[in-house]
Amino acid sequence: MNRSARLVEIVAAHAGREGPLLPLLHEVQAEFGCVDGEAEAQLAHALNLSRAEVHGVVSFYHDFTATADPRPCVQLCRAEACQARGVEALVPAAQAAAGGRVKLHDVYCLGLCSVGPNARVGDQLYARLDQGSLVELIERA
Amino acid sequence: MTVVRISDDALALACGADAVAAAFVGAGCTVERVSSWGMHWLEPLVELDGKGFGPAVPGDVAAILNGTSAKAIGIIADHPFIARQQRLTFARAGKTRPLDLADYAATGGWAGLYRARSIGAPAIIAEMSQSGLRGRGGAGFPAGIKWQTVASAPGDRKFIVCNADEGDSGTFADRMLMEGDPFQLIEGMAIAAHAVGAGQGYIYVRSEYPHAIAKLNAAITLAAEIIAPFTIEVRVGAGAYVCGEETSLLNSIEGKRGEVRAKPPLPAHQGLFGQPTVINNVLTLAAVPHILSEGGAVLYDSHGFGRSKGTKPIQLAGNIRHGGVFETPFGITLHDLIYDIGGGTASGRPVKAVQVGGPLGAYIHPDRFDLPFDYEAYAGADALIGHGGVVVFDDTADMGKLARFAMEFCAVESCGKCTPCRIGSTRGVELIDRIRGGATAGGAVESLPQMHNAAKTPRSREADIELLEDLCETMKFGSLCALGGFTPYPVLSALRHWPEDFG
Repeated sequence: MNRSARLVEIVAAHAGREGPLLPLLHEVQAEFGCVDGEAEAQLAHALNLSRAEVHGVVSFYHDFTATADPRPCVQLCRAEACQARGVEALVPAAQAAAGGRVKLHDVYCLGLCSVGPNARVGDQLYARLDQGSLVELIERA
Repeated sequence: MTVVRISDDALALACGADAVAAAFVGAGCTVERVSSWGMHWLEPLVELDGKGFGPAVPGDVAAILNGTSAKAIGIIADHPFIARQQRLTFARAGKTRPLDLADYAATGGWAGLYRARSIGAPAIIAEMSQSGLRGRGGAGFPAGIKWQTVASAPGDRKFIVCNADEGDSGTFADRMLMEGDPFQLIEGMAIAAHAVGAGQGYIYVRSEYPHAIAKLNAAITLAAEIIAPFTIEVRVGAGAYVCGEETSLLNSIEGKRGEVRAKPPLPAHQGLFGQPTVINNVLTLAAVPHILSEGGAVLYDSHGFGRSKGTKPIQLAGNIRHGGVFETPFGITLHDLIYDIGGGTASGRPVKAVQVGGPLGAYIHPDRFDLPFDYEAYAGADALIGHGGVVVFDDTADMGKLARFAMEFCAVESCGKCTPCRIGSTRGVELIDRIRGGATAGGAVESLPQMHNAAKTPRSREADIELLEDLCETMKFGSLCALGGFTPYPVLSALRHWPEDFG
């Protein structure tokens, strides 16, 4: 099935919802790894919105990206509670381990604030990280 | 068959609970996956005949089963961390399987909803007002008044929206409640719907909480018949911190940019899709079933301090030895929370500062640790309770860096609708950099030829600090919502109490 036909299916699956744009964008992002201009145009047409409106929404939220990044992604929490537990000292080693192969993405709170530093890979969560375990996590990603 | 109980809360999973559970299954035990007791330093916590063992690793299984484990903590319910609490909202924490309807019903579940249906809408709202429950999201607005406003507002349709966009660092009580006791939240929403005449509810959960989303979706399916004709849908956020602000949250559900709306109109009059909408935090709605149970409102009102009624699930986080959720009546001091209950810092170093209320909360100096946990007392001390997150920092914290982080966070997360927040936060970062860097020359923008009013001579450090204070004043009073309005709290409190950290 080509992309455009798949998008039609995704739109149809959310037809019953009120205010369906965010659920739609989540599904498009998950399916194609990004929400690009082509997808924006097709969604705008399907929902009777302007392309500018859809682009405005896509560009507002951190979870939606204009281009796909095929690299594995490790999300590292760098919010205050993890800072208090020493995450900043791990960042240089994490960046070195990630290099260009792994996307090291900062997040602001995974809700595990009493056992930081914390990271997330896919839907797997990791707590009580030290330099060794974080570097290992990135190398395995 | 030996039955052991291990939490399947996201935090327990992050600490390795699945591997421990698998090891017990391998040893021939039956493993029940329950909610978390909220003693996070002990996770994964294993419960065997009421006794606790933690933090457990797969290698501990044999010793736990034959009674020789050095990780024994005794009867969990008698542990000082639990015994000192007054758990109403978290009454089931650690005790029930989150998605088991029988467990929920056996522990008083749905009693509030059935009673609410029998006493009718006006009586529900009267009991809500009587309980003194105030919004647990941070603003502390009386829930009964909000519900009354929606009930009497004219509208074709009405909505119940649960704000589960728990973005504040140092807070996790919403997540624990949604993962550990999702039916209680659903029951609270169903009661609210009955009180105001709403047919549809939404739970807006942040995308950083995949486990909570899965549990809620499963729980809503299981409870559909019980709450019918009311229906609930989970909506997933998309990484925008500002969507925790109620009006931008509503825009987000509608499929728009998460920009803040000017008030009035209040959401209670024109909220989701322009209709009257109750929007409450997870913990506010989760407190409702208890309040609506027989005698619950009076009991709730009997707890608390001043005008802050009932209990508050406080979240002990950051550099603290015994972190977790501690539900207690209002009025407890930070000193008790951090030293008596939390056991001081995890690093063993002295406490330097505590941030209460998330990224927008003030940094509180140890001199003020006698402050009672109360909306008004905190407001009087230029601080806020917010969602009840308490993040502890030891003496290695650089308060100037944290002040800069607060401004930078505001700049990144600002929705862009109002100028004080959008521009002020960026100028704030530049100013703090200048103060900390010791440079007195104006920035690149100020030296542009068109900046006629900018000072021609370099500013002194004192003048820069005065400018920062002035900027904070503008942000505080000129911003549309709490993001720009409260960012000055961490910045100014850090500047006031730890000026030596600003270079």
